Amino acid sequence: MNMPTNPQKPAKKLSLKENYSHLTRGLGWDTSYQPMDKVFPQDKFEGIKIHDWDKWEDPFRLTMDAYWKYQGEKEKKLYAIVDAFQQNNGQFNVTDARYINTLKLFLTGVSPLEYAAHRGFAMAGRNFRGTSARIAAQMQAIDELRHAQTQAHTISHYNKFFNGLHDYTHMHDRVWYLSVPKSYFEDAMSAGPFEFVTAISFSFEYVLTNLLFMPFMSGAAYNGDMATVTFGFSAQSDESRHMTLGLEVVKFILEQDPGNVPIVQKWLDKWFWRGYRLLALVSMMMDYMLPKRVMSWAEAWEMYFEQNGGALFNDLTRYGIRMPKYHEVASMEKHRLSHETWATFYNYTHAAAFHTWVPEESEMKWLSEKYPTTFDKLYRPRFEHWREQQAKGERFYNGTLPMLCQLCQIPMFFTEPDDPTKICYRETTYRDEKFHFCSDGCKDIFDNEPEKYIHSWLPVHQIYQGNCFRPGTDPTAPGFDPLAEVLQYYGFHVGEDGGEYLGSPDAKNWKAWTGKPAVSE
Amino acid sequence: MSVVALKPGYSGDMKDRVENFHGKQLLYIGWEDHLMYCAPLCIPIEGSTPFGALTTAVIPSLYPAHPDTGRINWDEVEWFRSGERFTPDPAQSLAANGLGHKASLRFRTPGLTGIKGSCT
Repeated sequence: MNMPTNPQKPAKKLSLKENYSHLTRGLGWDTSYQPMDKVFPQDKFEGIKIHDWDKWEDPFRLTMDAYWKYQGEKEKKLYAIVDAFQQNNGQFNVTDARYINTLKLFLTGVSPLEYAAHRGFAMAGRNFRGTSARIAAQMQAIDELRHAQTQAHTISHYNKFFNGLHDYTHMHDRVWYLSVPKSYFEDAMSAGPFEFVTAISFSFEYVLTNLLFMPFMSGAAYNGDMATVTFGFSAQSDESRHMTLGLEVVKFILEQDPGNVPIVQKWLDKWFWRGYRLLALVSMMMDYMLPKRVMSWAEAWEMYFEQNGGALFNDLTRYGIRMPKYHEVASMEKHRLSHETWATFYNYTHAAAFHTWVPEESEMKWLSEKYPTTFDKLYRPRFEHWREQQAKGERFYNGTLPMLCQLCQIPMFFTEPDDPTKICYRETTYRDEKFHFCSDGCKDIFDNEPEKYIHSWLPVHQIYQGNCFRPGTDPTAPGFDPLAEVLQYYGFHVGEDGGEYLGSPDAKNWKAWTGKPAVSE
Repeated sequence: MSVVALKPGYSGDMKDRVENFHGKQLLYIGWEDHLMYCAPLCIPIEGSTPFGALTTAVIPSLYPAHPDTGRINWDEVEWFRSGERFTPDPAQSLAANGLGHKASLRFRTPGLTGIKGSCT
């Protein structure tokens, strides 16, 4: 360390560049009591070869003191606005109470991923032997923790007025549809550090995040939810840092050794497909759950993946990287994805912590315009039939649990790429056991690493094995109702959190408290 | 390589092996051209169940709300096991019909294609 030699003269303050250089280079050292391979045991088994960690360039060169200052300022602004929102009863300014269901989906499905990302980046920050990579991962770990926290603080206000928001961490670890985002992240976290950052920093944050964050935040803005817009803004500058880091990570790995290219390509194929499957939830949010719509899922996919993503992968061809496998399947599915997904939640909303409903006539008209080749032919008859049944007091619910994809854990509702009327079935046999998949994309991932996925925790199978009841439950007792018991285990308030929106306590309260109709005109 | 793992020879536990289902097996059932019930269904069932019980009791009870359910002519139904056409023997058990644990059974009902022919 450069201690001042003259006690009379104070040490010169380091420039930002020097400060960053000390943080990411000067403070690192090679261990001598123990071999480096023992200190960093996890950064070689994936087969990635790094020859020179100093080639890592953090595009932001953020130092700790600057980091705390920026984040502190953002926090102050966010909490001031959230406070004002609460005092002004801002929750009643949203379009109608259907909108709140997007927040339920976000809080139970996405916010826990922020926390999981915090854990994942903390582990990556421990496991890279390059100092600057460690620092970048640690800073992102802190960002992610902040996001989880600000989201919980913002949305907790809605919990005072609406159902289904009361125990999101408990739900995330148990509920059938939440096993989709949960397993996605745990797959990444249980891989090595290089696969983790490729999966999360690049495939998720860089390639797909615009399709997750943008629809939720723009949807909030369109529907008068200023609290959510504010945490979106507060996270936005972090997100752009994460995206830039994601691109840097992948370029760094690719430039270090030609042997890294096929490994990274396989990860890009896998994590594109896993991320895309996760986005099915976003597609239905955009096309069905927002009372005021921002754009259709198909339009979002065209803009953010086909155009922007296409340009990105063109740029990566010089490293020997091609477009992720099955991207063309995702494009073929864009005119049906949201309809199939929403119909599935309509089937099983009695076992969900949010409401579903049949779109209004004006909304069906919008869907027909946005999806001229599919909506009227394939999906409108379904919704009209359900609307008729509902009018007769026979609201349709599916009483039997669905078959799940072994890999993405989503019910097998996806249809053949070339035929939207046929369910897409794929299967394989491994160690004399059959496994089923919703797509070639999911089957390929399994076939590459079957030992990893044969012990997936599939909610439907777990229920049938008797593992989703509260302790002390006796499934042999007379009159035992397995579904009711599973919902208790999930922590749901039956009859309040899920089921049909029309006539729900949320819809009734909305009318009583605001004087506005449960479905805005 | 069946998994990229820190420890060589890592092996996963087979989470859904048949022994875990309390004497039953899983059977997946899908109705072709009928997507109102959005996905194939998963049921636990004894492997000794005669195939005929599926058509007389089990399958109709799974699709009570579909207007086509009561119109099925079981003599004309086409059956698929893991996607391949086959002719089941209704007197024989599921196991004897080749429908073991986690088997996928699909059926097509000629002439019935869902609400307004939309495959709903």
